[in-house]
Amino acid sequence: MTTTKTDGPAASYTGSRHATPATQREKKEIKLFSGFAHVALAVWGLLVIAPLIWVILASFKSNAEIFTQAPFSLPSKISFETYKTAWTEAHVGRYFLNSVFVVALSTAGTMLLGSMAAYVLARYKFVGNRFIYYLFVSGLAFPVFLALVPLFLILQNLGLLNTYTGLILVYIAYSLPFTVFFMTAFFKTLPNQIAEAAIVDGASHTRLFFQVMLPMAKSGLVSITIFNIVGQWNQYLLPVAIMQGAGAQEKWVLTQGIANISVSAGYQANWAALFAALTLSILPMIIVYAFFQRQIQSGLTAGATK
Amino acid sequence: MKHGRYPFIIGFLIVPVAIYGTFVIAAYVQAFQLSFTNWRGFSPDVSYIGFDNFVKLFQDSTFWKAIQHHILLLIFLPLLTIILALFFAFLLNVGGGSKGGRTRGVWGSKFYRVVFFFPQLLALALVAVIFSRVYSSDDSGLINGLLNQVGAGPVLFLADKNLALWSILAVLVWQAVGFYVVLFSAGMGSIPTEIYEAAALDGATRGTLFFKVTLPLLWNTLQVAWVYLGIAAFDAFALVNVMSVDRGGPDGATTVLGLEIYRNAFDYAQFGYASAMGVVLFFLTITFAALTLRVTRRDAIEL
Repeated sequence: MTTTKTDGPAASYTGSRHATPATQREKKEIKLFSGFAHVALAVWGLLVIAPLIWVILASFKSNAEIFTQAPFSLPSKISFETYKTAWTEAHVGRYFLNSVFVVALSTAGTMLLGSMAAYVLARYKFVGNRFIYYLFVSGLAFPVFLALVPLFLILQNLGLLNTYTGLILVYIAYSLPFTVFFMTAFFKTLPNQIAEAAIVDGASHTRLFFQVMLPMAKSGLVSITIFNIVGQWNQYLLPVAIMQGAGAQEKWVLTQGIANISVSAGYQANWAALFAALTLSILPMIIVYAFFQRQIQSGLTAGATK
Repeated sequence: MKHGRYPFIIGFLIVPVAIYGTFVIAAYVQAFQLSFTNWRGFSPDVSYIGFDNFVKLFQDSTFWKAIQHHILLLIFLPLLTIILALFFAFLLNVGGGSKGGRTRGVWGSKFYRVVFFFPQLLALALVAVIFSRVYSSDDSGLINGLLNQVGAGPVLFLADKNLALWSILAVLVWQAVGFYVVLFSAGMGSIPTEIYEAAALDGATRGTLFFKVTLPLLWNTLQVAWVYLGIAAFDAFALVNVMSVDRGGPDGATTVLGLEIYRNAFDYAQFGYASAMGVVLFFLTITFAALTLRVTRRDAIEL
């Protein structure tokens, strides 16, 4: 993620030492270009931020204000009434906690199982190693839509439809291809000497993995953990396919819950509460992003730069 | 060290392989199998009907509508996203003019990058809810609220057949651009500054720099971006499901294969037919990815 800010000792050929008319013209051109660059970037920045600010402003307005006032006008008074409605009546609080619960367990499971499999596939020779590796990696080529119907049936047969266990297992299963793919490559880059030294000291394979190799793979683990947390937190198709049926609504995750509030006609009377619900789901992301933006950017782009 | 090797290997692989086999591999295999049946989910015996589902599919006008929408998304989502992202990444990295023969990013480029990337963190379903409000046809919508201020009439973004899919495409671009700005910036950052210096020495303008230096050296990254965005163009389920009028409407003007699969499976219990659609979607995706990689293949430029 580093920009081109190398301050090497490169000699400056076009420096300001010789202020010829040519370099002056060049300077003018650069200023113009730079100004144009700022305008273009600021416009896009505004396009990104404006809808989010608008959502937050609207969450403090009453329903009538939303319809009659200018979009970016300030609310007449700051009231958290809409938030109370969103949290309790619209169940955003429950959806939020459901999401936290499911993603915490499924990401932990994905990382544990994914790095175990990747480690063995990366560093041990055995019959079927390549086969299992390609089996995992092939999962990257299939669209989830293809699996939708059978997945539903498999979960139904196992009695896991509309359960957290089912959803968590499915999240893990569909996160494994990329996790295994990435972590296998990562484990392969780790040096052998330390592993050999640990073996000489009499460490078992299991201890070697947990106490030596995993700590060494920390940077890769962090990237992929972030990748999985964001991916699973934002998942929409899998929960709407799996969490349906009687009593499902209590177990919905945030994406599903918010989408339903927006779609369901019965709720349309209260847009303000919808905006509050949206704010409640956006704000945590902004806060987390403010602290970890560097890690998050590198974690999410890890897949594309590999 | 041979001791306990196989028990260890098996012990570490058995759970991940079992979970993956049950929920992913078995599901994909069954999908192909189901696509040749007329199963509706209730009858105990399943009968194989050969290619009937596929024949029916190819005569289904909704299917062809969905394909048309995918083609439109497939062209414009990567094109618009990549052009915008390349443009911004170039401005961020080398827009600040040269000092000592070296190009720099504009002032505040770090801030822009952070802001641009943020939508990537939001779930598409959430983005869909936000924009279904932004596009709202009455004065409560962001855009129509602003238009009303200047006295312009309401634009029916999602209810107008000719506008609906473009409105959804715009949201996809809105969300994706930041990710590719970061990706291309990383790629541009790894291009040695000496190359830019040398080109600048030879009197290259900014445009030449961009087309003759940056673009060829970024080719691999662009390829990845095109494949990723193309795959995203075959999805769009969350947006269409949440934003569009009558789910895929108005009058089927925004429907996509993902939505049709979901609808046939869970609304009409047409399990066989939905699976056949899934199979077609799979072959379309894989053909697209393979074609893109094949057509755009160039010799990598070694730095």
